[in-house]
Amino acid sequence: MNTVAIDTAPAEPRKFLCLEEAHPHNGTLLGFWLYLMSDCFIFASLFACNAVLGTSYAGGPSGHDVFDLTGLAVNTALLLISSVTFGFAMLEMARQRKRAMLGWLAVSGLLAAVFVGLEIHEFVTMIAEGAGPGRSAFLSSFFTLVGTHGLHVTVGILWLIVLMVQLGKHGLTEANRRRLFCLSMFWHFLDLVWIGVFSYVYLVGVLR
Amino acid sequence: MPDRPAIWNFLLGRLSLSSLPLDNTIVVWTFVAVALGGAALMAMITYYKKWGYLWHEWFTSVDHKRLGVMYMVLGTVMLFRGFADAIMMRSQQAVAFGSNMGYLPPHHYDQIFTAHGAIMIFFVAMPYIAGFMNFVMPLQIGARDVAFPFLNNFSFWLTVSGVVLFMTSLFIGDFSHAGWLGMPPVSELKQSPGPGVDYYIWGLQLSGLGTLLTGINFVVTVIKMRAPGMTLMKMPMFTWTTLCTSGLIVVTFPILTATLFLLSLDRYIGTHFFTSGFGGNVMMYVNLIWVWGHPEVYILILPMFGLYSEIVPTFSGKRLFGYSSMVYATASIMILSYLVWLHHFFTMGSGADVNSFFALTTMLISIPTGAKIFNWLFTMYRGRVRFTVPMLWTMGFLFTFTIGGMTGVMLSVAPADFLLHNSLFLVAHFHNVIIGGVVFGVFAGINYWFPKAFGFRLDEFWGKLSFWFWQIGFWVAFGPLYVLGLMGVTRRLSHFTDPSLQIWFIIAAFGAFLILLGILSFVMQIYVSIRHRDRLAVGSDPWDARTLEWSTSSPPPPYNFAFIPIVHDRDTWTDMKKHGYQRPMEGFNAIHMPKNTGTGVVLAALGTVFGFAMVWYIWWLAVVSFVALIAVAIVHTFNYDRDSHLSAEEVSQFEHNGNWEPKAQGATA
Repeated sequence: MNTVAIDTAPAEPRKFLCLEEAHPHNGTLLGFWLYLMSDCFIFASLFACNAVLGTSYAGGPSGHDVFDLTGLAVNTALLLISSVTFGFAMLEMARQRKRAMLGWLAVSGLLAAVFVGLEIHEFVTMIAEGAGPGRSAFLSSFFTLVGTHGLHVTVGILWLIVLMVQLGKHGLTEANRRRLFCLSMFWHFLDLVWIGVFSYVYLVGVLR
Repeated sequence: MPDRPAIWNFLLGRLSLSSLPLDNTIVVWTFVAVALGGAALMAMITYYKKWGYLWHEWFTSVDHKRLGVMYMVLGTVMLFRGFADAIMMRSQQAVAFGSNMGYLPPHHYDQIFTAHGAIMIFFVAMPYIAGFMNFVMPLQIGARDVAFPFLNNFSFWLTVSGVVLFMTSLFIGDFSHAGWLGMPPVSELKQSPGPGVDYYIWGLQLSGLGTLLTGINFVVTVIKMRAPGMTLMKMPMFTWTTLCTSGLIVVTFPILTATLFLLSLDRYIGTHFFTSGFGGNVMMYVNLIWVWGHPEVYILILPMFGLYSEIVPTFSGKRLFGYSSMVYATASIMILSYLVWLHHFFTMGSGADVNSFFALTTMLISIPTGAKIFNWLFTMYRGRVRFTVPMLWTMGFLFTFTIGGMTGVMLSVAPADFLLHNSLFLVAHFHNVIIGGVVFGVFAGINYWFPKAFGFRLDEFWGKLSFWFWQIGFWVAFGPLYVLGLMGVTRRLSHFTDPSLQIWFIIAAFGAFLILLGILSFVMQIYVSIRHRDRLAVGSDPWDARTLEWSTSSPPPPYNFAFIPIVHDRDTWTDMKKHGYQRPMEGFNAIHMPKNTGTGVVLAALGTVFGFAMVWYIWWLAVVSFVALIAVAIVHTFNYDRDSHLSAEEVSQFEHNGNWEPKAQGATA
């Protein structure tokens, strides 16, 4: 496979330098996407633990005993709708309508906050019933996976608030649009992970 | 918690005077030496008024070249620490026979082998490869800096955070004794109630985050910031391996983070992931940690493969043989490395069919690796080989690494592994590939790129002496371990009963002594070279090399290239020289550069405090430092003004005053 250099002797002398200053491509979106993929591996590890330890009840409650599917349906709906409203915010950003965009962002943030609130309520109820993370390996993996997702959503809300302040202060500058794109990816990514949590941890969990 | 008024327990957690290992004379004297040395260093910096210089020019620097140099310094300092552990173990094993218990009690010995392994991998090898990737890769692709310069600085300081926690464990409390991978159930709270495993966890969590950010940073840099004309198949080999290693980092380090996170949950809030009771599953940890751990060794070796692929063509005066096969070999090693983790525990009951799969994937890896070895040999074949110090290290690597690879294939045979598992044969094997591959590569690379970083060559005599001491010392130290391993001696023992084994351990200790001489020769090499830097001064291209980093001055200006190069050929610089490239001396443009920032240092310092507070259960401090960490990060995002300018006149000054021309005596070696 060794390529032989054939000197084709170009007609004019080769240009070896760009004489004008060129700006390299901004890599933030790619970098953030890579970060999300790496985060995917954290969730993958936690899902793997849940897959292996999901029936290690150690004489304690099973998923069928502790999961409340009605609350789960409400929770899932909240998070998925927040993804839609975040999408509306991005559309408003594309139309340069700052106020409408901030409005949709606030709605998304509120929906996510209610989601986190309901999750905390679920956790507190389970721990009060004696089904805390220390009860069995199954519950350890449940609390860790769902809790890690909830922590991500919380970080997302914090980020959203900070970004809304920055958007209010500086408007739709290029830097702020880039940040909003990153947060948007983060938001949808967490929804995607939640679909995995919802269908595998909860729905399969009540069956097995 | 110690028995004392509650307020003290609140303020200090479980930290107390008895946490200081005052009963251990070795540690006390080490502490005295480190404290005196540290105080002397601080006094010297203060006396010469260098704190401002260090802070503004180095610590807060976002320049990839400076960060690269700092990584190399960090790796070297920690090499001394890791080697001190090694020589203690070798001397203990050489004497601890029969009634002689040696000078290290098992409790201390266990911490030493844990610290040795963890430090050599995380704080010697990793900083070294991060240093090379930082310094070389952006120069090779004709970029001004990396994609995320601030993150790059932050990554470095996170690595330092890990180092600080590991070193603190030497003097406050103790270190983990659970082996370099912290396997449960030994690393669980019940079996290891002390702070050792917690130091291990938090040190690795901090530095692991830094490594992940480095990986993301470099993938984006290679993909987005290559000079015009540099297609993927025109990238220098070192850049290719940087890309593959960074990709591996992105997909594996999160698994380490997750695994250690689960272990810390077990230890802090009483979950049952890896405990023996309540449904916990130890094998889950073993699998997860090796899913990270095996790719990790390829993360270490791939950049070294790239580095040898730069050195061999340069000193053979030929272009690299089989470039595209080299690229495909690198990429297939990257993918295969993810499919072999189970060979680390063939003996743990996976069954014949699973073992067979992993044995086969492991053997497969030797094919692309073998292809690489042949490519290097064919590059040298009929070339005009110059036997410089980097080339000596490379040839030492070819010889040593090939043998190490072959013993690896022996270990990949699952039935044979039932005999060799956890024996000294294994210890000899992985030192054979890591010293023969990574450490030799580090010294080859230091000798090769040092002139680029500082404008003068390293002394040849001491360099060659260092090489021969290492090369011979390695075989004297690890040859006996192969023999002992085949005889069935297991690893991690601090005392032996069979006196017939002792002679092998004495030979091995002598080998370690030879390696010590190799390390001292390296120190002498640096010292002598700095003393004689005028005599050893070189221009921009001392080796008649082939890639873009040699087209700029030594050391390169902050912006690397006054004009971004246009790439026509794989060996870009050779191509430029062949076509009579002339360096422009006028018409410079102003250049945008990122501003230096102290935020990375502050964040990493807060991270260190947080880690320390968690280790010692000082909850208030943990909360305060964590909140401060978030607050500083948020405040940092409010700073939109991150660029500075270099005017055309400043660029012109750099270009005219830079070090370009070969010096009177210091031309090609």
